[in-house]
Amino acid sequence: MPNVKSLEDLKKIRDEALKKRDIKTPGARVQIVVGMGTPGIAAGARDTLKEFLNIIEAKGLTDIVVRQTGNFGLDSMEPVVKVKVGDEVEVTYGKVTPFVANQIMEEHILGGKVVTANLIPAEVK
Amino acid sequence: MKEIALHLLDLAENSVSAHAQTVHIDVREDFRTNQLITSVEDDGDGMTDEMVKQVVDPFTTSRTERKVGLGIPLLKESAEACQGGMKITSAPGAGTKVEATFQHSHIDRMPLGDLPSTFLTLTLAHPEIHWVFTYTFNPPYKGSIRSYEFDDQPIKETLDGLPMTHPDVISYLRSSLEDGIAEARK
Repeated sequence: MPNVKSLEDLKKIRDEALKKRDIKTPGARVQIVVGMGTPGIAAGARDTLKEFLNIIEAKGLTDIVVRQTGNFGLDSMEPVVKVKVGDEVEVTYGKVTPFVANQIMEEHILGGKVVTANLIPAEVK
Repeated sequence: MKEIALHLLDLAENSVSAHAQTVHIDVREDFRTNQLITSVEDDGDGMTDEMVKQVVDPFTTSRTERKVGLGIPLLKESAEACQGGMKITSAPGAGTKVEATFQHSHIDRMPLGDLPSTFLTLTLAHPEIHWVFTYTFNPPYKGSIRSYEFDDQPIKETLDGLPMTHPDVISYLRSSLEDGIAEARK
């Protein structure tokens, strides 16, 4: 069975990360939750989640956790993504394409400004 | 759904909802028998025969409360349209296995799609679950069966608390999955 990358490689990554003290306080600064129910998946939620991962990988961000969950019940707004930065109020975004995922990453998570165009207002939820 | 890989993601989400601790996803491309076989097997809550009927055919059965949507009926329809079928094996407390078979060369068969992405997102986004993915390739004419297995248990033990979403770990997982599947397909 071909095992292209070995666990030894992973150990190096771990030790390197520990050296750089990438593991900060328990619980990351930013939490991104992508709705991955059937409607979300059909609307492209996997590509949205992958885009967040690509950005984290490309920019080397170490304080972001990405999770997925079931259906949020906002089918017409899918893919739906919830973002929580530090102690701030959780923000819910709708119709998050990979392009919008980039905007959220740049403007909200790294820039501190909510992306209003894709915001789902509280009364809809 | 545009891809079989997305259906697998959908089925795996059902397993997560059913409180599974371990989920096995198998994909087998068999060019000798001209079949594409997929299965998602979990050790979650499981279902009674009545519940299985409901998730397969949500519109003709008396519906009570169910958490599963149209993913399974859609998969069944796609498989049957391709000379294949879908089978659910389940019992309360004994987990669930959903198998789908397609004629590989069928013109209506949706593409297998991006398996590495499906596996990567599941592994990273549900770190509390033990994931085992197997991809098997049986080439046409000659050559032996090749398979690639990804088991996230040894990876988690090695990481020893380092989050799966650490950028270097994402790179590691992504290239492991992509290269492993590509290698088996060669």
